[in-house]
Amino acid sequence: MRREIPIAICFLAGISFILEYFIPHQRILSVFETFRQWAIIVIAFAYVLGLANIVRVNYHVIQKKGRDWPYKIILVLSLFFMITVGIIFDILGIRSGGIAEGSIFNWVYYNAQYPLQATMFALLAFFIASAAFRAFRIRTFQASLLAVTAILVMIGRVPVGERLWGSFPDLTEWIMNVPQLAGKRAIMIGAALGAISTALKVLTGLERTYLGGE
Amino acid sequence: MEKLERLDRRIIFIFIFLSIAIPLLLPVNLDFSVTPPVQSFYDAIEELPAGSKVLVSCDYDPGSMPELFPMNVAVFYHLMSRDLKVITIQLWATGTLLAELAMAEVLEDFPDKEYGKDWVNLGFKEGREVVMVSMGTNIPKTFPSDSRGNKVEDLPIMQGVNTYDDIALFMNVSGGLPGTKEWVLQVQSRYHVKLGSGCTAVSAPEFYPYVQSGQLVGLLGGMKGAAEYEKLVQRPGTAQRGMDAQSVSHIVVFLFILIGNIAYFSVKGAKKRLKASR
Repeated sequence: MRREIPIAICFLAGISFILEYFIPHQRILSVFETFRQWAIIVIAFAYVLGLANIVRVNYHVIQKKGRDWPYKIILVLSLFFMITVGIIFDILGIRSGGIAEGSIFNWVYYNAQYPLQATMFALLAFFIASAAFRAFRIRTFQASLLAVTAILVMIGRVPVGERLWGSFPDLTEWIMNVPQLAGKRAIMIGAALGAISTALKVLTGLERTYLGGE
Repeated sequence: MEKLERLDRRIIFIFIFLSIAIPLLLPVNLDFSVTPPVQSFYDAIEELPAGSKVLVSCDYDPGSMPELFPMNVAVFYHLMSRDLKVITIQLWATGTLLAELAMAEVLEDFPDKEYGKDWVNLGFKEGREVVMVSMGTNIPKTFPSDSRGNKVEDLPIMQGVNTYDDIALFMNVSGGLPGTKEWVLQVQSRYHVKLGSGCTAVSAPEFYPYVQSGQLVGLLGGMKGAAEYEKLVQRPGTAQRGMDAQSVSHIVVFLFILIGNIAYFSVKGAKKRLKASR
């Protein structure tokens, strides 16, 4: 029964939501609206579990002075600092609490998270350039096609390309709209068919790995 | 040539840094044309009658900000200039403050626009696709209050807004998942709404099939898409300023690919000749 009941719940829930998609009647929609509100609450509760998990995992590493343990302390402290200034200060009615303009939460977001994330993303430009230098070697016919297309799109999508040749943007749009789109659509259809077959296997209980084991 | 083939990546880094920094400091403002996916999104907004409500979902983070923030600002500016009502939501927790920042920048040009009447930020809601679908049947139930704690039913802009039928156009500023793909699959295909997308350059190819099928009314791809939109709304911003840097850096990458291949074929030829002479 430990397996049959979850499979039955999964089957009923899955089939119901499929039917809801194809029968958009107001009465059915209102019933499923309640289900979706439940789903939002369950997802929100997952945050609490996630918080407990982060604390548990990092606590063990810190206790054993495992790899990078000083960073784990910073992580846990930062986590609780943001929760304190964002939620607890707000509940206590402290003026700099919450997430409104002028709050500590906002200040940390704009002055720590924002530049840190922007820096990480900015580094991509350097690594992509280095990777392009090494990867686009014309070793085979397929590699030459890839390199030539990449160069055409790369130059055609910036203003200097248009300066070099007025029809460069049109050529780039053609590449994006015809060969690229055909390939992409083929991948999407293939992936969708795969997703449908996996979903049917899960609903009918043939695929049970999500229950753990087997 | 062997040395050139195995060029130290730090040299590449220096050239990339200079190719970005110099044009930013000394811009030449190269002109460019507007591509059809950007023009069609602009036209879709132009066709809306004044007072129509537009929902903008700002689903991105500071990591993708250089590409997405300028288009977020440009779209808000366009909506405000056309006297349309802006309802913004976020399915990424990091998007809330960025949407506020983008709107604050736009409101400098429109000091008369009022919060709650001309625009509203309903804030972040966890639940990804569930939230998208849930809004289709009941927006006030999904977002009972805005990001400032006001009851949605008390806001003038939200009067008469119950389902997606009450929204004239949707725009998703997409930094990843959940993003444009989910908006198309869960909202556009189900409720047949008018949806536009602004996304990073790297994810733009994924959404071209949706533009061709008509599921997206337009697509702003990366910083170039944002720059084109800034040009259309005649409000130059950071995307247009970044175009020179992007031009030069792309040329530098192209030159490195060329150098790498010249070195590769020279070394390969030299090895062949050495083998033949033995």
